[in-house]
Amino acid sequence: MPLPESGESLSSTSAGDVEAEVFSSRAAGTKSLKEMKDIAKRLRRHIITMIGKAGSGHPGGSLSAVEIVTALYFRVLRHKPQDPCWSDRDRFILSKGHAAPLLYATLAECGYFSVEELSTLRRLDSRLQGHTDCTVTPGVEMSAGALGQGLSFAIGVALAGRLNSQNYRVYVLLGDGECDEGQVWEAAMAAAHFKVDNLVAIVDNNGQQIDGWNREVMSLDPFNQKWQAFGWQVIEVDGHNLTQLTQALDQAKLTKGQPTVIIAHTIKGKGVSFMENNPDFHGKAPDAVQVDKALKELE
Amino acid sequence: MVQEVSVREVYGKTLVELGRENPDIVVLDADLSRSTMTQLFAREFPERFFDCGIAEQNMVGIAAGLAASGKIPFASSFAVFAPGRCFDQLRMSIAQPGRNVKLVATHGGITVGEDGTSHHSIEDLSLICSLPGFTVIVPADAIETAQAVRVAAASYGPFYLRLCRPKIPLVYNESYRFNLGKAVTMRQGNGATIIAIGLMVAAALEAAENLSREGIDCGVLNMPTLKPIDEAAIKKAAAETGAIVTVEEHLEHGGLGSKVAQVVARHHPVPMEILAIRDTYAKSGKPAELLRRYGLTAEDIEQAVRGVIKRK
Repeated sequence: MPLPESGESLSSTSAGDVEAEVFSSRAAGTKSLKEMKDIAKRLRRHIITMIGKAGSGHPGGSLSAVEIVTALYFRVLRHKPQDPCWSDRDRFILSKGHAAPLLYATLAECGYFSVEELSTLRRLDSRLQGHTDCTVTPGVEMSAGALGQGLSFAIGVALAGRLNSQNYRVYVLLGDGECDEGQVWEAAMAAAHFKVDNLVAIVDNNGQQIDGWNREVMSLDPFNQKWQAFGWQVIEVDGHNLTQLTQALDQAKLTKGQPTVIIAHTIKGKGVSFMENNPDFHGKAPDAVQVDKALKELE
Repeated sequence: MVQEVSVREVYGKTLVELGRENPDIVVLDADLSRSTMTQLFAREFPERFFDCGIAEQNMVGIAAGLAASGKIPFASSFAVFAPGRCFDQLRMSIAQPGRNVKLVATHGGITVGEDGTSHHSIEDLSLICSLPGFTVIVPADAIETAQAVRVAAASYGPFYLRLCRPKIPLVYNESYRFNLGKAVTMRQGNGATIIAIGLMVAAALEAAENLSREGIDCGVLNMPTLKPIDEAAIKKAAAETGAIVTVEEHLEHGGLGSKVAQVVARHHPVPMEILAIRDTYAKSGKPAELLRRYGLTAEDIEQAVRGVIKRK
């Protein structure tokens, strides 16, 4: 499927009509498009504030995945913030564990813990560790940060759901740079082989990794065809377009007999001008002046 | 002649029994099910068996996901590949979160034999014991293996069981009951204590018997639970016999000898000898030839006991 331009609809109707249609057919309790856009902005502000306060962390890859995680938590996932271990919950597995600030901000906005707790990020004895730690944080499914492990874990969770005749679905967020890891492709092969159709991988395809652009460090191309060749349904979307993301997640639900990967084209550092496409902010915290500047841009 | 039994076959059969008793038991393998004997489970429960192909990292990750969802996964490969090829996966997907995964590795040590260096597992115990939270068991015979597999299934948390390739002598009879975390006194003695694991337990018993004919009275301890190690039993052995010899089919780094030495040094320093493979790799050969070449026979143990007693 070709990548539509940002804002362009996936059907022949106008973007506005599609949004209206996609967002009117949802169950009660989920958020409207307007509300989700507001939430996305709040998440970005949390990310900047918490990493700024901590003095270290990974803003770039947190900001790039904001809409992906917003679409999941506020439109798609069946989950109970008051009961994080609910056996039938849909699972969200953050494989790119350095985006922990994004997940923490999202969980706080959902009510898994208080927004105030976000200011403890990376402090000694905080439940909000530098990279995710599932033994301490409510709502965190997996300890991540060592890249490449989430997709395998997600397959196990998906297979257990099938064995138990539970109808939960499993969503796993990978980084594109993370796909350098061989384990990702071991898992890609296995997911198709085991026909786990209750599994969706979403790649935050921001095009950059620590040492620079993927295409210069380690080219992943042809990325779409690689996943197809491994037996996956591939959907490409603008990863900052909530409508496209929601539609793609819906399409994945209807697909039987094979796993789906959504390649979400994103911008690293999205939303903060001086962080966008700037590899310096992969793993560097903004200083106080930069925090103020970023928060002004996110008002 | 003592009966020799395959510990791998007993592992496979025990998995089948567990599978019949508990629908949450699932099994994974990495294209070695004919050798690890998980194929016995695969035949009876194909829907609960996942052959992950030659991809140990992915197998470990899938096992972690199954465990996180209430299953009791047994994952098997050769000891040289798991933990060897999936150490970070064991660390972050299993050890750190304390997942209820049972990694059962066969073909431990150098008695893999003719396949040579690439298949000899001489670092696995050091690697796996370094991971916080892992319980590590090295059964001494088929009877202990069957019971240890059952105990692992019934106990929550990450377990590593190391089995060997060849058939090995029974050192127990059917009345034996494996007690997790406890050393087993195989033979009483006052002059020194031999502490052994796995197939070296049979060699230790043979050595003690031979030494008794020379008038040297030494005890033998089997240490099936390598981690957490039975500190009380080691302290007692050091105090009562005043000299310790350890013997293992593993490098001298980070295995039984290292762990016993830590306890001895901290609590009751006595002369020790550590029989293990020195800083090298073994070559192809018959298992018995290799054990002789690398100093792991009953004769080697006897010599070490004579030496350690002189240092008392």
